[in-house]
Amino acid sequence: MKPVLLIDFGSTYTKLTAVDIEGEKLLGTAQSYTTVSTDVNDGLNNALAELKAQIGSIEFEETYACSSAAGGLRMISSGLVPELTMEAAKTASLGAGAKIVGLYSYELTEDDAEEIASLKPDIFLLAGGTDGGNKNCIIHNAKMLSTLEANFPVVIAGNRVAARECERILSGFTTYVCDNVMPKLGVLKVDAVQAKIRDIFLERIVSAKGLTRFAALMDGIVMPTPAAVLEAMTILAKGAGHEPGIGELIGIDVGGATTDVYSVADGMPRDGNTVYKGLPEPYAKRSVEGDIGMRYSIHGIAEAAGIDRVAELAGLSEERATELIDLLASHTDKLPDGDAELENLDRALASLAVEIAVARHAGKMEEAYTMMGKTFVQSGKDLREVRQIVVTGGSLIHTKRTGEIASFALASPGQPESLRPIKATIRIDRKYILAAMGLLSLQYPAAALRIMKKELEEYGYPE
Amino acid sequence: MREKHEKKVLIIGVIGADVHAVGNKILYHAFTEAGFEVINLGVMVSQEEYIAAAIESDADAIVISSLYGQGELDCRGMREKCDEAGLTGIPLLVGGNIVIGKQSFEEVEKRFKEMGFDYAFPPGTPPETTIEALNEIFADK
Repeated sequence: MKPVLLIDFGSTYTKLTAVDIEGEKLLGTAQSYTTVSTDVNDGLNNALAELKAQIGSIEFEETYACSSAAGGLRMISSGLVPELTMEAAKTASLGAGAKIVGLYSYELTEDDAEEIASLKPDIFLLAGGTDGGNKNCIIHNAKMLSTLEANFPVVIAGNRVAARECERILSGFTTYVCDNVMPKLGVLKVDAVQAKIRDIFLERIVSAKGLTRFAALMDGIVMPTPAAVLEAMTILAKGAGHEPGIGELIGIDVGGATTDVYSVADGMPRDGNTVYKGLPEPYAKRSVEGDIGMRYSIHGIAEAAGIDRVAELAGLSEERATELIDLLASHTDKLPDGDAELENLDRALASLAVEIAVARHAGKMEEAYTMMGKTFVQSGKDLREVRQIVVTGGSLIHTKRTGEIASFALASPGQPESLRPIKATIRIDRKYILAAMGLLSLQYPAAALRIMKKELEEYGYPE
Repeated sequence: MREKHEKKVLIIGVIGADVHAVGNKILYHAFTEAGFEVINLGVMVSQEEYIAAAIESDADAIVISSLYGQGELDCRGMREKCDEAGLTGIPLLVGGNIVIGKQSFEEVEKRFKEMGFDYAFPPGTPPETTIEALNEIFADK
């Protein structure tokens, strides 16, 4: 036996996953509630005690951790044109596991600068201009940042011609110059920036978030939790060594405040009659819907879907649905606990959260009639042929109707333009092991993959 | 004053619901061969796409193609949008089968110049003519 401990420091829970690398199996999982007022240390000790009660006293040979504690990796990104370099900077940040707290395009104003100072990001990603392209904007923005009495690291990943000048302007800050997120028009280059963000997270953020004391305990790899989940999804789709993956997939995590969607799929046009518009998207893509969540962002679901649809799906009157939504918004820790009304409402809300978040993540196809006949214009990823969906999050795990909720991720006749899977096998992460397996996969990819294939329960094949 | 690139940057593409891709590829090669840095947006390009690309890459001119006869409609308001986006005075060139029907090209050219285009080229214009016009524009600057 070779036991390894994986820790996920969350904002509300500290989750532990113990695995045996030799047997390639899960030994146990445990979690402990942590609030803002409790020490991260207490959360870890409580969870360790619970784990010990389950599996006995085990000397772990290796320990790895990821963290979304203390608000996660809070980033602000800026670019020039919203749909070009700002979008590229956003995509890079999300893929690195960040929580985006601010997003700016064109020249920063004095108001923007004040807002940035008050947001106190963990990292600022400064982009804008293709290589050799516009440099006025990024230089202006560097000057605006330099006026701030703040101390956040700035990653400079814009027009390479302006990089050194930006560095000089921001001499009062810790700066890191990286490859441009969009070196040529329409070319996305996120790897270098994401590696840099991960380094900074390790060097600076971990200590700032009070996790330093665990540094001695860790074996070095600490990353933002969403980045770990994206790693897990990638290896699950693509495979590791001789172990094949399960193929292109979509991952959905419906949380209390946000809904995260991951896709590991190519998604580019498959035939010559389709014209692609907009920035190409990364093979492993993560999107976050900040207004879609089961408790803190419950009103966002009702707003996006319409209260009439929520009520209809839940089998409640609109008045009653509104009443209960208000209740849940102010009592964010409330669970249905057998209450039929709340169970129905939560199921309806989770279904709509899945539908909205996946629709926003997936690409769109429009028909256009030209002199040459009918043509298709695609923007974003075409996920129609993706056949695997992995779901996680309390509202999907603690219900018998997971498949029904998850099927809202599939293509629907009402939205023919939305490029969502036509049918898919649903897999459930019932033990919350995805982040842990992402961490594990950095050292033991094949073992992590085989454990996931074993543990992610197949739900069936709803159409 | 902004420092200029060594090579002049051109944004090219076929505007509107127009999928004629062959001429676009020929222009890309001809302009590149002539020493320009060419950013090719391909077919079915909207006015906004040309403008966004021009801003991000600090372009020196926008060269619009239209082959399906609806060019006049598609190009309307382009100059105003460029002004609005801060691309004041950026040279705009258009060519192809930009209008439909039997019209004298002088009339067509006049209308496009009124719309703020620096050059409008009739059907069958060889790339060399456009390259000459571009060199003229850049020589003045």
